Amino acid sequence: MINPPVDERYNDGVVRQFALMTVVWGIVGMAVGVLIAAQLYWPTLFEGIAWLSYGRLRPLHTNAVIFAFGGCALMGTSLYVVQRTCHVRLFSDRLASFVFWGWQAVIVSAAVTLPLGFTQGKEYAELEWPIDILITLVWLSYAAVFFGTLLRRRVAHIYVANWFYASFIVAVALLHVVNNLALPVGWFKSYSVYTGAVDAMAQWWYGHNAVGFFLTAGFLGMMYYFVPKQAGRPVYSYRLSIVHFWALIAIYMWAGPHHLQYTALPDWAQSLGMVFSLVLLAPSWGGAINGVMTLSGVWHKLRTDPIIKFLVVALSFYMIATFEGPMMSIKTVNSLSHYTDWTVGHVHAGALGWVAMISLGSLYAMWPRLLGLKQMWSERLIDAHFWLHTLGVVFYIASMWIAGVMQGLMWRATNADGTLSYSFVESLAATYPYYLIRLFGGLLVLAGMGLMAWNVWQTWRSARTTEDPAVLPVATAH
Amino acid sequence: MSAGTVSGAVTAVLLALFVGAWAWAWSERRRAGFEAAARLPLDEDETEAQP
Repeated sequence: MINPPVDERYNDGVVRQFALMTVVWGIVGMAVGVLIAAQLYWPTLFEGIAWLSYGRLRPLHTNAVIFAFGGCALMGTSLYVVQRTCHVRLFSDRLASFVFWGWQAVIVSAAVTLPLGFTQGKEYAELEWPIDILITLVWLSYAAVFFGTLLRRRVAHIYVANWFYASFIVAVALLHVVNNLALPVGWFKSYSVYTGAVDAMAQWWYGHNAVGFFLTAGFLGMMYYFVPKQAGRPVYSYRLSIVHFWALIAIYMWAGPHHLQYTALPDWAQSLGMVFSLVLLAPSWGGAINGVMTLSGVWHKLRTDPIIKFLVVALSFYMIATFEGPMMSIKTVNSLSHYTDWTVGHVHAGALGWVAMISLGSLYAMWPRLLGLKQMWSERLIDAHFWLHTLGVVFYIASMWIAGVMQGLMWRATNADGTLSYSFVESLAATYPYYLIRLFGGLLVLAGMGLMAWNVWQTWRSARTTEDPAVLPVATAH
Repeated sequence: MSAGTVSGAVTAVLLALFVGAWAWAWSERRRAGFEAAARLPLDEDETEAQP
Protein backbone atom coordinates (compact mmCIF):
# COMPACT_ATOMS: atom_id res chain seq x y z
CA MET A 1 0.00 0.00 0.00
CA ILE A 2 1.24 3.46 -0.89
CA ASN A 3 0.38 6.63 0.99
CA PRO A 4 -1.38 9.44 -0.94
CA PRO A 5 0.98 11.51 -3.12
CA VAL A 6 2.67 14.51 -1.56
CA ASP A 7 2.63 17.84 -3.35
CA GLU A 8 6.40 18.16 -3.53
CA ARG A 9 9.17 17.65 -6.06
CA TYR A 10 12.78 16.58 -5.60
CA ASN A 11 15.39 19.30 -6.06
CA ASP A 12 17.31 17.69 -8.92
CA GLY A 13 18.53 20.99 -10.37
CA VAL A 14 21.45 21.24 -7.96
CA VAL A 15 22.23 17.54 -8.41
CA ARG A 16 22.43 18.01 -12.21
CA GLN A 17 24.77 20.99 -11.72
CA PHE A 18 27.11 18.96 -9.52
CA ALA A 19 26.93 15.93 -11.82
CA LEU A 20 27.86 18.05 -14.83
CA MET A 21 30.77 19.73 -13.05
CA THR A 22 32.02 16.33 -11.87
CA VAL A 23 32.64 15.44 -15.52
CA VAL A 24 34.17 18.84 -16.32
CA TRP A 25 36.53 18.89 -13.31
CA GLY A 26 37.34 15.22 -13.81
CA ILE A 27 38.66 16.03 -17.29
CA VAL A 28 40.53 19.13 -16.07
CA GLY A 29 42.10 17.38 -13.05
CA MET A 30 43.12 14.28 -14.99
CA ALA A 31 44.48 16.38 -17.88
CA VAL A 32 46.74 18.23 -15.42
CA GLY A 33 47.77 14.80 -14.07
CA VAL A 34 48.73 13.68 -17.57
CA LEU A 35 50.64 16.92 -18.06
CA ILE A 36 52.75 16.47 -14.91
CA ALA A 37 53.30 12.80 -15.76
CA ALA A 38 54.69 14.06 -19.09
CA GLN A 39 56.92 16.53 -17.22
CA LEU A 40 58.41 13.66 -15.23
CA TYR A 41 59.27 11.94 -18.50
CA TRP A 42 60.36 15.11 -20.36
CA PRO A 43 61.77 17.23 -17.50
CA THR A 44 62.37 20.27 -19.70
CA LEU A 45 58.72 20.55 -20.72
CA PHE A 46 57.63 24.18 -20.08
CA GLU A 47 61.04 24.91 -18.60
CA GLY A 48 61.31 28.50 -17.42
CA ILE A 49 57.56 29.11 -17.14
CA ALA A 50 57.03 29.34 -13.37
CA TRP A 51 53.26 28.81 -13.31
CA LEU A 52 53.55 25.69 -15.48
CA SER A 53 56.30 24.15 -13.37
CA TYR A 54 55.81 20.72 -11.80
CA GLY A 55 55.93 22.04 -8.24
CA ARG A 56 52.93 24.30 -8.84
CA LEU A 57 50.91 22.01 -11.09
CA ARG A 58 51.17 18.95 -8.84
CA PRO A 59 49.03 20.50 -6.03
CA LEU A 60 46.68 21.79 -8.74
CA HIS A 61 46.26 18.19 -9.96
CA THR A 62 45.63 16.75 -6.48
CA ASN A 63 43.22 19.53 -5.50
CA ALA A 64 41.35 19.27 -8.80
CA VAL A 65 40.84 15.50 -8.71
CA ILE A 66 40.13 15.21 -4.97
CA PHE A 67 38.13 18.33 -4.16
CA ALA A 68 36.76 19.37 -7.57
CA PHE A 69 36.07 15.98 -9.25
CA GLY A 70 35.61 13.93 -6.05
CA GLY A 71 33.93 16.77 -4.16
CA CYS A 72 31.34 17.47 -6.87
CA ALA A 73 30.64 13.72 -7.20
CA LEU A 74 30.13 13.41 -3.44
CA MET A 75 27.99 16.52 -3.08
CA GLY A 76 25.88 15.67 -6.12
CA THR A 77 25.23 12.03 -5.22
CA SER A 78 24.71 12.77 -1.51
CA LEU A 79 22.04 15.37 -2.30
CA TYR A 80 20.41 12.89 -4.71
CA VAL A 81 20.55 9.93 -2.30
CA VAL A 82 19.35 11.81 0.77
CA GLN A 83 16.22 13.01 -1.07
CA ARG A 84 15.39 9.58 -2.52
CA THR A 85 15.95 7.61 0.69
CA CYS A 86 14.15 10.17 2.88
CA HIS A 87 11.26 10.74 0.43
CA VAL A 88 11.55 14.50 0.80
CA ARG A 89 12.78 17.58 -1.10
CA LEU A 90 16.10 19.13 -0.06
CA PHE A 91 16.04 21.55 2.83
CA SER A 92 16.42 25.13 1.50
CA ASP A 93 16.89 25.58 -2.27
CA ARG A 94 18.80 28.84 -1.77
CA LEU A 95 21.33 27.25 0.58
CA ALA A 96 21.75 24.30 -1.81
CA SER A 97 22.40 26.77 -4.64
CA PHE A 98 24.95 28.60 -2.47
CA VAL A 99 26.70 25.28 -1.81
CA PHE A 100 27.05 24.67 -5.55
CA TRP A 101 28.24 28.15 -6.56
CA GLY A 102 30.37 28.53 -3.42
CA TRP A 103 32.14 25.24 -4.12
CA GLN A 104 32.80 26.25 -7.73
CA ALA A 105 34.24 29.55 -6.45
CA VAL A 106 36.58 27.58 -4.17
CA ILE A 107 37.73 25.44 -7.11
CA VAL A 108 38.33 28.43 -9.39
CA SER A 109 40.25 30.23 -6.61
CA ALA A 110 42.43 27.13 -6.22
CA ALA A 111 43.00 26.94 -9.96
CA VAL A 112 44.22 30.56 -9.95
CA THR A 113 46.24 30.75 -6.72
CA LEU A 114 48.09 27.41 -6.91
CA PRO A 115 49.79 28.07 -10.29
CA LEU A 116 50.63 31.57 -9.02
CA GLY A 117 52.56 29.90 -6.21
CA PHE A 118 50.38 30.78 -3.21
CA THR A 119 50.46 27.81 -0.84
CA GLN A 120 50.46 26.90 2.84
CA GLY A 121 52.82 24.06 1.98
CA LYS A 122 50.58 21.43 3.61
CA GLU A 123 49.78 18.49 1.35
CA TYR A 124 46.09 18.44 0.31
CA ALA A 125 45.63 21.61 2.41
CA GLU A 126 47.64 24.00 0.23
CA LEU A 127 44.99 26.68 -0.15
CA GLU A 128 45.64 29.95 1.69
CA TRP A 129 43.50 31.27 4.52
CA PRO A 130 40.91 33.42 2.65
CA ILE A 131 39.96 30.36 0.55
CA ASP A 132 39.96 28.21 3.70
CA ILE A 133 37.37 30.52 5.24
CA LEU A 134 35.20 30.29 2.11
CA ILE A 135 35.50 26.47 2.24
CA THR A 136 34.34 26.53 5.87
CA LEU A 137 31.27 28.63 4.99
CA VAL A 138 30.34 26.42 2.03
CA TRP A 139 30.89 23.26 4.02
CA LEU A 140 28.71 24.41 6.94
CA SER A 141 25.97 25.31 4.42
CA TYR A 142 26.34 21.84 2.84
CA ALA A 143 26.00 20.31 6.32
CA ALA A 144 22.90 22.42 6.96
CA VAL A 145 21.29 21.28 3.68
CA PHE A 146 22.12 17.61 4.26
CA PHE A 147 21.17 17.39 7.94
CA GLY A 148 18.18 19.70 7.40
CA THR A 149 16.91 17.24 4.79
CA LEU A 150 17.48 14.30 7.15
CA LEU A 151 15.45 16.11 9.80
CA ARG A 152 12.51 16.55 7.37
CA ARG A 153 12.52 12.89 6.27
CA ARG A 154 9.24 11.05 5.83
CA VAL A 155 10.62 7.60 6.74
CA ALA A 156 11.61 6.66 10.29
CA HIS A 157 14.91 5.02 9.42
CA ILE A 158 18.02 6.84 8.17
CA TYR A 159 19.42 4.65 5.38
CA VAL A 160 23.04 3.52 5.85
CA ALA A 161 24.32 5.49 2.83
CA ASN A 162 23.26 8.68 4.62
CA TRP A 163 25.19 7.65 7.72
CA PHE A 164 28.36 7.40 5.65
CA TYR A 165 27.71 10.72 3.89
CA ALA A 166 26.94 12.32 7.28
CA SER A 167 30.21 11.10 8.83
CA PHE A 168 32.06 12.40 5.78
CA ILE A 169 30.50 15.85 6.19
CA VAL A 170 31.13 16.07 9.95
CA ALA A 171 34.68 14.70 9.83
CA VAL A 172 35.80 16.91 6.92
CA ALA A 173 34.51 20.02 8.73
CA LEU A 174 36.54 19.05 11.81
CA LEU A 175 39.69 18.12 9.83
CA HIS A 176 39.63 21.23 7.67
CA VAL A 177 39.24 23.69 10.54
CA VAL A 178 41.81 22.08 12.87
CA ASN A 179 44.57 21.56 10.29
CA ASN A 180 44.19 25.00 8.68
CA LEU A 181 44.42 27.08 11.89
CA ALA A 182 46.97 29.71 10.91
CA LEU A 183 48.18 33.23 11.61
CA PRO A 184 47.73 35.41 8.52
CA VAL A 185 50.53 37.88 7.74
CA GLY A 186 48.99 39.14 4.49
CA TRP A 187 46.19 38.33 2.07
CA PHE A 188 48.07 35.38 0.55
CA LYS A 189 50.48 34.37 3.29
CA SER A 190 49.98 32.71 6.66
CA TYR A 191 51.84 30.59 9.17
CA SER A 192 50.41 27.43 10.74
CA VAL A 193 49.75 27.64 14.48
CA TYR A 194 51.50 24.27 14.86
CA THR A 195 55.25 23.77 14.88
CA GLY A 196 57.71 20.91 14.42
CA ALA A 197 56.56 17.34 15.03
CA VAL A 198 53.15 18.58 16.25
CA ASP A 199 52.65 20.29 12.88
CA ALA A 200 53.56 17.04 11.12
CA MET A 201 51.14 15.05 13.27
CA ALA A 202 48.28 17.55 12.81
CA GLN A 203 48.94 17.52 9.05
CA TRP A 204 48.85 13.73 8.74
CA TRP A 205 45.96 13.33 11.12
CA TYR A 206 44.26 15.59 8.56
CA GLY A 207 45.83 13.93 5.52
CA HIS A 208 44.99 10.37 6.43
CA ASN A 209 41.47 11.21 7.54
CA ALA A 210 40.96 13.11 4.32
CA VAL A 211 41.60 9.69 2.76
CA GLY A 212 39.40 7.99 5.36
CA PHE A 213 36.42 10.30 5.33
CA PHE A 214 36.59 12.28 2.08
CA LEU A 215 37.90 9.49 -0.18
CA THR A 216 36.40 6.49 1.65
CA ALA A 217 33.37 7.14 3.87
CA GLY A 218 31.70 9.44 1.35
CA PHE A 219 32.25 7.04 -1.53
CA LEU A 220 31.03 4.13 0.62
CA GLY A 221 27.80 6.12 0.93
CA MET A 222 27.69 6.11 -2.87
CA MET A 223 28.40 2.34 -2.87
CA TYR A 224 25.59 1.55 -0.39
CA TYR A 225 23.02 3.32 -2.58
CA PHE A 226 24.09 2.69 -6.16
CA VAL A 227 25.29 -0.94 -5.90
CA PRO A 228 21.91 -2.19 -4.55
CA LYS A 229 20.10 0.15 -6.95
CA GLN A 230 21.91 -1.10 -10.02
CA ALA A 231 21.87 -4.76 -8.91
CA GLY A 232 18.14 -4.44 -8.24
CA ARG A 233 18.39 -6.09 -4.83
CA PRO A 234 18.97 -4.92 -1.26
CA VAL A 235 22.49 -4.84 0.17
CA TYR A 236 23.81 -8.31 1.12
CA SER A 237 23.66 -7.68 4.88
CA TYR A 238 22.16 -4.52 6.27
CA ARG A 239 23.24 -5.55 9.76
CA LEU A 240 26.85 -5.90 8.62
CA SER A 241 26.62 -2.40 7.14
CA ILE A 242 25.88 -1.01 10.61
CA VAL A 243 28.90 -2.73 12.20
CA HIS A 244 30.94 -1.69 9.12
CA PHE A 245 30.03 1.95 9.66
CA TRP A 246 30.86 2.20 13.36
CA ALA A 247 34.02 0.07 13.13
CA LEU A 248 35.36 2.05 10.15
CA ILE A 249 34.84 5.54 11.55
CA ALA A 250 36.11 4.55 15.01
CA ILE A 251 39.37 3.08 13.69
CA TYR A 252 40.23 5.44 10.81
CA MET A 253 40.79 8.43 13.10
CA TRP A 254 43.94 6.91 14.66
CA ALA A 255 45.84 5.60 11.61
CA GLY A 256 47.41 8.93 10.51
CA PRO A 257 50.87 8.45 12.11
CA HIS A 258 51.70 5.73 9.54
CA HIS A 259 52.57 8.61 7.18
CA LEU A 260 55.39 9.53 9.59
CA GLN A 261 57.21 6.24 10.24
CA TYR A 262 60.87 6.71 11.19
CA THR A 263 60.50 10.48 11.60
CA ALA A 264 60.78 12.75 14.68
CA LEU A 265 57.30 11.60 15.76
CA PRO A 266 57.42 9.71 19.13
CA ASP A 267 57.97 6.01 18.58
CA TRP A 268 54.78 4.99 20.41
CA ALA A 269 52.71 7.20 18.08
CA GLN A 270 54.29 5.52 15.03
CA SER A 271 53.48 2.06 16.41
CA LEU A 272 49.94 3.17 17.28
CA GLY A 273 49.43 4.36 13.70
CA MET A 274 50.71 1.04 12.37
CA VAL A 275 48.48 -1.08 14.66
CA PHE A 276 45.33 0.90 13.87
CA SER A 277 46.15 0.67 10.15
CA LEU A 278 46.40 -3.11 10.42
CA VAL A 279 43.08 -3.36 12.30
CA LEU A 280 41.52 -1.19 9.58
CA LEU A 281 41.78 -4.08 7.14
CA ALA A 282 38.82 -5.80 8.86
CA PRO A 283 36.11 -3.13 8.46
CA SER A 284 37.44 -2.18 5.01
CA TRP A 285 37.14 -5.70 3.65
CA GLY A 286 33.93 -6.35 5.60
CA GLY A 287 32.29 -3.42 3.85
CA ALA A 288 33.71 -4.29 0.43
CA ILE A 289 32.54 -7.91 0.69
CA ASN A 290 29.12 -6.63 1.73
CA GLY A 291 29.01 -4.60 -1.48
CA VAL A 292 30.28 -7.35 -3.76
CA MET A 293 28.00 -10.03 -2.26
CA THR A 294 25.00 -7.81 -3.02
CA LEU A 295 25.37 -9.26 -6.51
CA SER A 296 24.86 -12.85 -5.36
CA GLY A 297 22.06 -14.24 -7.48
CA VAL A 298 22.52 -11.63 -10.21
CA TRP A 299 26.15 -12.22 -11.13
CA HIS A 300 25.12 -12.46 -14.79
CA LYS A 301 24.61 -8.69 -14.76
CA LEU A 302 28.38 -8.37 -14.49
CA ARG A 303 28.59 -9.64 -18.07
CA THR A 304 25.97 -7.37 -19.55
CA ASP A 305 25.72 -4.20 -17.47
CA PRO A 306 28.76 -1.89 -17.85
CA ILE A 307 27.61 0.18 -14.85
CA ILE A 308 27.78 -2.92 -12.63
CA LYS A 309 31.26 -3.53 -14.04
CA PHE A 310 32.35 -0.07 -12.91
CA LEU A 311 30.88 -0.57 -9.43
CA VAL A 312 32.25 -4.07 -8.84
CA VAL A 313 35.73 -3.37 -10.21
CA ALA A 314 35.75 -0.23 -8.02
CA LEU A 315 35.16 -2.48 -5.01
CA SER A 316 37.92 -4.84 -6.20
CA PHE A 317 40.40 -1.95 -6.38
CA TYR A 318 39.13 -0.82 -2.97
CA MET A 319 40.05 -4.24 -1.57
CA ILE A 320 43.47 -4.13 -3.27
CA ALA A 321 44.20 -0.65 -1.90
CA THR A 322 42.94 -1.43 1.62
CA PHE A 323 45.10 -4.55 1.76
CA GLU A 324 48.11 -2.71 0.40
CA GLY A 325 47.67 0.26 2.77
CA PRO A 326 47.88 -1.70 6.06
CA MET A 327 50.80 -3.68 4.63
CA MET A 328 52.67 -0.46 3.76
CA SER A 329 52.03 0.89 7.27
CA ILE A 330 54.10 -1.96 8.79
CA LYS A 331 57.34 -0.26 9.77
CA THR A 332 59.67 -2.70 8.02
CA VAL A 333 57.67 -2.53 4.78
CA ASN A 334 57.38 1.24 5.11
CA SER A 335 61.17 1.56 5.35
CA LEU A 336 61.27 0.19 1.81
CA SER A 337 58.17 1.78 0.32
CA HIS A 338 58.21 5.29 1.76
CA TYR A 339 59.37 8.14 -0.51
CA THR A 340 59.26 5.80 -3.55
CA ASP A 341 56.79 5.62 -6.44
CA TRP A 342 55.13 2.64 -4.71
CA THR A 343 53.23 5.23 -2.63
CA VAL A 344 52.17 6.98 -5.84
CA GLY A 345 50.94 3.64 -7.23
CA HIS A 346 49.05 2.90 -4.01
CA VAL A 347 47.34 6.30 -4.01
CA HIS A 348 46.23 5.84 -7.62
CA ALA A 349 44.93 2.30 -7.00
CA GLY A 350 42.68 4.03 -4.46
CA ALA A 351 41.97 7.25 -6.36
CA LEU A 352 41.59 5.97 -9.94
CA GLY A 353 40.55 2.40 -9.10
CA TRP A 354 38.17 2.94 -6.19
CA VAL A 355 37.15 6.61 -5.99
CA ALA A 356 36.92 7.38 -9.70
CA MET A 357 35.31 4.08 -10.72
CA ILE A 358 32.62 4.11 -8.01
CA SER A 359 31.89 7.75 -8.97
CA LEU A 360 31.73 7.04 -12.69
CA GLY A 361 29.47 4.00 -12.16
CA SER A 362 27.20 6.03 -9.87
CA LEU A 363 27.10 8.95 -12.33
CA TYR A 364 26.17 6.67 -15.23
CA ALA A 365 23.38 5.23 -13.04
CA MET A 366 22.19 8.68 -11.94
CA TRP A 367 22.31 10.69 -15.19
CA PRO A 368 19.35 9.04 -16.95
CA ARG A 369 17.22 9.32 -13.81
CA LEU A 370 18.05 13.04 -13.57
CA LEU A 371 16.84 13.55 -17.14
CA GLY A 372 13.72 11.40 -17.11
CA LEU A 373 15.33 8.67 -19.24
CA LYS A 374 15.71 4.91 -18.84
CA GLN A 375 19.39 4.75 -19.70
CA MET A 376 22.38 6.62 -21.09
CA TRP A 377 22.54 7.52 -24.79
CA SER A 378 25.05 4.72 -25.46
CA GLU A 379 25.64 1.64 -23.29
CA ARG A 380 28.51 0.61 -25.59
CA LEU A 381 30.34 3.88 -24.88
CA ILE A 382 30.02 3.14 -21.13
CA ASP A 383 31.55 -0.26 -21.79
CA ALA A 384 34.38 1.28 -23.83
CA HIS A 385 34.97 3.80 -21.04
CA PHE A 386 35.10 0.96 -18.52
CA TRP A 387 37.80 -0.91 -20.46
CA LEU A 388 39.87 2.22 -21.20
CA HIS A 389 39.74 3.22 -17.54
CA THR A 390 40.52 -0.25 -16.18
CA LEU A 391 43.45 -0.74 -18.54
CA GLY A 392 44.73 2.74 -17.76
CA VAL A 393 44.66 2.05 -14.02
CA VAL A 394 46.44 -1.28 -14.47
CA PHE A 395 49.22 0.30 -16.57
CA TYR A 396 49.51 3.10 -14.04
CA ILE A 397 49.68 1.09 -10.83
CA ALA A 398 51.72 -1.83 -12.19
CA SER A 399 54.42 0.53 -13.50
CA MET A 400 54.54 2.46 -10.25
CA TRP A 401 54.68 -0.73 -8.15
CA ILE A 402 57.66 -2.00 -10.11
CA ALA A 403 59.35 1.42 -10.12
CA GLY A 404 58.74 1.90 -6.39
CA VAL A 405 60.03 -1.46 -5.20
CA MET A 406 63.05 -1.08 -7.47
CA GLN A 407 63.82 2.39 -6.09
CA GLY A 408 63.47 1.16 -2.50
CA LEU A 409 65.85 -1.74 -3.14
CA MET A 410 68.39 0.42 -4.96
CA TRP A 411 68.40 3.14 -2.30
CA ARG A 412 69.06 0.68 0.53
CA ALA A 413 71.67 -1.48 -1.27
CA THR A 414 75.14 -1.14 0.25
CA ASN A 415 78.57 -2.45 -0.66
CA ALA A 416 80.70 -4.57 1.68
CA ASP A 417 82.44 -1.42 2.98
CA GLY A 418 79.11 0.21 3.87
CA THR A 419 78.98 2.72 1.01
CA LEU A 420 75.84 3.01 -1.12
CA SER A 421 75.78 0.73 -4.18
CA TYR A 422 73.87 3.21 -6.32
CA SER A 423 73.77 6.97 -6.64
CA PHE A 424 70.32 8.59 -6.66
CA VAL A 425 70.56 9.42 -10.34
CA GLU A 426 71.16 5.75 -11.17
CA SER A 427 67.82 4.87 -9.54
CA LEU A 428 66.21 7.71 -11.49
CA ALA A 429 67.62 6.39 -14.77
CA ALA A 430 66.27 2.91 -13.93
CA THR A 431 62.83 4.43 -13.24
CA TYR A 432 62.71 6.34 -16.52
CA PRO A 433 60.86 3.79 -18.74
CA TYR A 434 58.18 3.26 -16.08
CA TYR A 435 57.35 6.97 -16.20
CA LEU A 436 56.45 6.53 -19.86
CA ILE A 437 54.18 3.56 -19.05
CA ARG A 438 52.52 5.61 -16.31
CA LEU A 439 51.95 8.47 -18.77
CA PHE A 440 50.34 6.00 -21.19
CA GLY A 441 48.04 4.68 -18.43
CA GLY A 442 47.03 8.23 -17.56
CA LEU A 443 46.24 8.99 -21.20
CA LEU A 444 43.92 5.96 -21.38
CA VAL A 445 42.04 7.16 -18.27
CA LEU A 446 41.74 10.69 -19.72
CA ALA A 447 40.51 9.31 -23.04
CA GLY A 448 37.81 7.40 -21.14
CA MET A 449 36.66 10.65 -19.55
CA GLY A 450 36.36 12.11 -23.05
CA LEU A 451 33.99 9.28 -23.99
CA MET A 452 31.96 10.02 -20.88
CA ALA A 453 31.66 13.71 -21.73
CA TRP A 454 30.40 12.81 -25.23
CA ASN A 455 27.91 10.30 -23.82
CA VAL A 456 26.62 12.77 -21.22
CA TRP A 457 26.25 15.49 -23.87
CA GLN A 458 24.25 13.20 -26.16
CA THR A 459 22.11 11.95 -23.26
CA TRP A 460 21.36 15.51 -22.22
CA ARG A 461 20.34 16.39 -25.80
CA SER A 462 17.87 13.51 -25.90
CA ALA A 463 16.42 14.36 -22.48
CA ARG A 464 12.64 14.46 -22.45
CA THR A 465 12.53 16.81 -19.50
CA THR A 466 14.65 18.54 -16.93
CA GLU A 467 11.63 19.12 -14.73
CA ASP A 468 12.06 17.87 -11.18
CA PRO A 469 10.26 14.57 -10.52
CA ALA A 470 7.57 14.34 -7.84
CA VAL A 471 8.59 13.10 -4.40
CA LEU A 472 7.71 9.43 -4.10
CA PRO A 473 5.05 8.75 -1.44
CA VAL A 474 6.19 6.47 1.37
CA ALA A 475 4.91 2.89 1.34
CA THR A 476 2.97 2.23 4.54
CA ALA A 477 5.17 -0.71 5.40
CA HIS A 478 7.92 1.66 6.56
CA MET B 1 46.06 4.71 38.60
CA SER B 2 48.81 3.96 36.10
CA ALA B 3 48.61 4.69 32.40
CA GLY B 4 48.63 0.93 31.76
CA THR B 5 45.50 0.44 33.89
CA VAL B 6 43.72 3.27 32.08
CA SER B 7 44.58 1.95 28.63
CA GLY B 8 43.54 -1.56 29.74
CA ALA B 9 40.20 -0.23 30.96
CA VAL B 10 39.66 1.76 27.76
CA THR B 11 40.45 -1.32 25.66
CA ALA B 12 37.95 -3.39 27.69
CA VAL B 13 35.23 -0.75 27.28
CA LEU B 14 35.83 -0.48 23.51
CA LEU B 15 35.79 -4.26 23.14
CA ALA B 16 32.50 -4.44 25.05
CA LEU B 17 31.05 -1.69 22.83
CA PHE B 18 32.12 -3.59 19.72
CA VAL B 19 30.55 -6.86 20.87
CA GLY B 20 27.50 -4.89 21.99
CA ALA B 21 27.14 -3.35 18.53
CA TRP B 22 27.15 -6.81 16.92
CA ALA B 23 24.55 -8.08 19.42
CA TRP B 24 22.38 -5.01 18.80
CA ALA B 25 22.60 -5.27 15.01
CA TRP B 26 21.89 -9.02 14.98
CA SER B 27 19.06 -9.02 17.56
CA GLU B 28 15.96 -10.79 16.28
CA ARG B 29 13.69 -7.89 17.26
CA ARG B 30 15.37 -5.59 14.72
CA ARG B 31 15.44 -8.02 11.81
CA ALA B 32 12.21 -6.90 10.13
CA GLY B 33 13.02 -3.20 10.54
CA PHE B 34 16.45 -3.61 8.96
CA GLU B 35 15.10 -5.67 6.10
CA ALA B 36 12.61 -2.91 5.33
CA ALA B 37 15.36 -0.28 5.62
CA ALA B 38 17.57 -2.21 3.21
CA ARG B 39 14.88 -1.85 0.53
CA LEU B 40 14.89 1.97 0.68
CA PRO B 41 17.07 2.44 -2.44
CA LEU B 42 14.75 0.15 -4.41
CA ASP B 43 11.49 1.98 -3.63
CA GLU B 44 11.33 3.90 -6.90
CA ASP B 45 11.98 0.87 -9.10
CA GLU B 46 9.16 -1.04 -7.42
CA THR B 47 6.75 1.81 -8.07
CA GLU B 48 7.85 1.96 -11.71
CA ALA B 49 7.26 -1.78 -12.01
CA GLN B 50 3.71 -1.62 -10.64
CA PRO B 51 2.02 1.43 -12.15
